[in-house]
Amino acid sequence: MKVAVCVKQVPDTWAEKRLRAEDSLLDRESADGVMNELDEYAVEQALQIVEAAGGEVVVVSMGPERAAETVRKALSMGADSGIHVVDDALRGSDAIATATALAAALKGRDFDLIVFGSESTDARMSVVPAMVAEILGIAQLTFAQKVLVDGSAVTIERVTDYGFDTVTASTPAVISVVEKINEPRYPSFKGIMAAKKKPVETIGLAELSLDPGVVGSRASWSVVADFSARPAKAAGVVVSDAGDGGVKIADFLAEQKFI
Amino acid sequence: MSKSPQHPFALYNIDSLLSEEEKAIRDVVRTFVDSTIRPNVAEWFEKGHLPARDLAKECGALGLMGMHLEGYGCAGMSAVPYGLADLELEAGDSGIRSMVSVQGSLAMYAIHAFGSEEQKNAWLPGMAAGDLIGCFGLTEADYGSNPSGMRSSAKRDGDDWLLNGSKMWITNGTIADLAIVWAQTDDGIRGFIVPTDLPGFTANDVKHKMSLRASVTAELVFDNVRLPADAVLPGVVGLRGPLSCLNEARFGIIFGTVGAGRDCLETAIDYAIDREQFGKPIAAYQLTQRKLADMSVDLGNAMLLAIHLGRLKEAGTLRPEQVSVGKMNNARIALEIARETRGILGGNGITLEYPIIRHMNNLESVYTYEGTNEMHTLVIGEALTGIAAFR
Repeated sequence: MKVAVCVKQVPDTWAEKRLRAEDSLLDRESADGVMNELDEYAVEQALQIVEAAGGEVVVVSMGPERAAETVRKALSMGADSGIHVVDDALRGSDAIATATALAAALKGRDFDLIVFGSESTDARMSVVPAMVAEILGIAQLTFAQKVLVDGSAVTIERVTDYGFDTVTASTPAVISVVEKINEPRYPSFKGIMAAKKKPVETIGLAELSLDPGVVGSRASWSVVADFSARPAKAAGVVVSDAGDGGVKIADFLAEQKFI
Repeated sequence: MSKSPQHPFALYNIDSLLSEEEKAIRDVVRTFVDSTIRPNVAEWFEKGHLPARDLAKECGALGLMGMHLEGYGCAGMSAVPYGLADLELEAGDSGIRSMVSVQGSLAMYAIHAFGSEEQKNAWLPGMAAGDLIGCFGLTEADYGSNPSGMRSSAKRDGDDWLLNGSKMWITNGTIADLAIVWAQTDDGIRGFIVPTDLPGFTANDVKHKMSLRASVTAELVFDNVRLPADAVLPGVVGLRGPLSCLNEARFGIIFGTVGAGRDCLETAIDYAIDREQFGKPIAAYQLTQRKLADMSVDLGNAMLLAIHLGRLKEAGTLRPEQVSVGKMNNARIALEIARETRGILGGNGITLEYPIIRHMNNLESVYTYEGTNEMHTLVIGEALTGIAAFR
């Protein structure tokens, strides 16, 4: 079974994220880059699938040069090889442009499964896996809390507001996973050593035969028009209880549209 | 406050001295410590209990056990990454680092350096995986700095050996599957691999410790323990054997103590920025800034020394008296930082809510074990003058 796992380098989850004044894009230089947390679960799931069924795991990432660190991290966790899509023309790509580039990188490589984390901690859109599936014309099994692979049949438990749905598709398929699915492994020291020697293919738009006009900020459907700093925290409201405390709290919550 | 605070190591750009791979190893151990050790260690310390079996397996899965040894399931890393791993572990707790040091640098190293091929194959893969835990018996109650006077003995009985005596302050003692025991024989001091389930072998917990409470410390007692002929480590006779093992573990402590010091200093800087007295953060007072500046320079220097000694070890030129320089200096610096930062935290400095008093108490042991501060001083004195003041 040939499994691709798509990972994204994001600013350190705990760092303060900033938009750049000149182009309203996320400032990726000001914070350390780390592998998007949910993508670690995706890597773990891909590894588990291949450990059970045999095959190989290929890590795929689109991002600037330093995203190579994130590819390397997935390799040190146990993935077999990597594809790093890097091109200046990709800067500022929104979800659709990103999905277009990823799909081009994934196409024609005979992947049985393509695994994603269900969202990134920076953009938090959760749509790229579905878009990639749509562009590739293959099944999408998103928000999986459990994955079962049986030959060419893939069954997931898809998380819903009321519990989960059981959804089955045949390969090739795209899966996105939620954090309940597993406990990602640490890269072992041997894995870190071995990762140095694993092949990583670095490709740009030319190799993907993609027109620069279909990706990057100019091709993006969504753009940041304007932004401003978050307003300072307002002082809290003290509710004093004169027998009507419960009502006052309920009124407050209703006013804030929590209930 | 105008600028964002800088980490003490950023003052030295320590990262510029490390390779990508070394940083990757450091980061993995740091993540492991943050998720597995930090949330639990205060409770382990308070209860005087360590879930050592589980932890050993997790450390084994990472590759921490005997990580600087080649082959037999070991990770085969060089000296600096080995030191960085110890640093991160000890930033969690000296007790955890002690468990890993004793396993890898004492017990596994002894077998790796002096064992037969059969012994290596029999023990090292299980120890590297963390499935088997080892301890190391050299020190006796009356022979600490002077191990040559040890009373434990192994006498030939036919082809077998009969082991008698006792060992004291043995980390991992009551949980170990095997003990590397050094004993007097007719030929001189020899090392033995002693499975701890043999008749006549007893391990007793050392109780009422106020330091290294998240660590197992024991007394080992041997009462006519019968060992087969092939229990002896064939590769060494004399004190050179155990002392070369200690040199390995001491090297780890040079880095480890920097980790404990770093954790104290990071805690104190954060605290000083948050804690307000007389209407401003205590970090805004010159008295506090003087302490933080002094400690950061001491810690940065200790880290530079550790990395320098690590590079010497990688080049194969590190000498024992240089290990003494590192162990003496860095254990002392870390202990001084722990005490000073304890003061910065005021009353909060004495609770296990913050890591400082735990590190401070732990470092009292680290200051003494693996060669006391005094002995390392005298080793350096001997190197400088050619005169051994302790003989």
